[in-house]
Amino acid sequence: MSLFPFVLGLADDALILGHRLSEWSGKAPMLEEDIALSNLALDLIGQARLYYQYAGEIEGKGRSEDDLAYLRDEYAYTNLLLVEQQNGDFAATMVRQLLYSAFMLPYLQAMQQSRDTRLAEIAAKAVKEMAYHVRHASEWVIRLGDGTEESHQRVQTALDDLWMYTGEMFHVSDDERALVAQGVAADRAAIKPAWDSTINRVLREATLQRPKDGWMQTGGRTREHTEHLGRLLAEMQVVHRAHPGVTW
Amino acid sequence: MPLWEVFIRNRSGMPHKHCGSVHAPDAAMALQAARDVYTRRGESVSLWVVPSSAITASDPADKDEMFEPTGTKIYRHPTFYKVPDDVGHM
Repeated sequence: MSLFPFVLGLADDALILGHRLSEWSGKAPMLEEDIALSNLALDLIGQARLYYQYAGEIEGKGRSEDDLAYLRDEYAYTNLLLVEQQNGDFAATMVRQLLYSAFMLPYLQAMQQSRDTRLAEIAAKAVKEMAYHVRHASEWVIRLGDGTEESHQRVQTALDDLWMYTGEMFHVSDDERALVAQGVAADRAAIKPAWDSTINRVLREATLQRPKDGWMQTGGRTREHTEHLGRLLAEMQVVHRAHPGVTW
Repeated sequence: MPLWEVFIRNRSGMPHKHCGSVHAPDAAMALQAARDVYTRRGESVSLWVVPSSAITASDPADKDEMFEPTGTKIYRHPTFYKVPDDVGHM
């Protein structure tokens, strides 16, 4: 595996989840949370920029971060299916954020030891941001789960619905395995115990039931997406595509 | 939802200063809300949140008896002293 698709996958994960969170801007349940969600979105979009810039340099075809973000179609995106799922209600957004950030925090901690210094540097910056994402999402999931009957039901439903997209986070493709062997990529599969530990702790405190590990839906890394990504990209890319090269 | 007063320390060694308020269900969430709303531009090295209900405030209607009497006591201002040059900043 060349480094390019690996870095592109990390970039796509961050951008798509960041864009999803940005969809809450102006309509979150309360002002404080509106700003909090925008902060989380900006963390992720900032991380995506660093990965896209690096990916463009690795590819060496002169593609900029904007080219990679705005001028690739759905079938060229390789983000995890989890991050493209719709926001749903606030509970679903927080559950998605918890499932992702509880993985990314230990993953980025491991990536700080990457033999690729650029990736190690990006991880060192992102790891602090991700620690806050875990904290924020955890606290909300705990309060919604251990809240009212309705909030408990909503957060449990979101957990049950999103669970089948969690398996993909730990899947190491044959190509990625080669990068793991070279000490460039962290081993996703090895992150599972840390993720389990965070998720179990939060769900216990939230009085939520951990769903059974059944069928796990994969496909994002191999460009087979759910129906939600195309609509997200259409909205995200429309300005850039309507006004190519526009700056402001 | 309860209201919390937010205090920011923007540099080590400086006092926490009141900067505004947030709504949050409890203290832990209030701290996060304060972080998200008031420290987005590197303003803070430390945060306090205090339940607004814990603050006892003066009544604006009492301002004459509370604050007016000091208006005629200008001798309380340290402007009648000659500060020796050696003292420097005071």
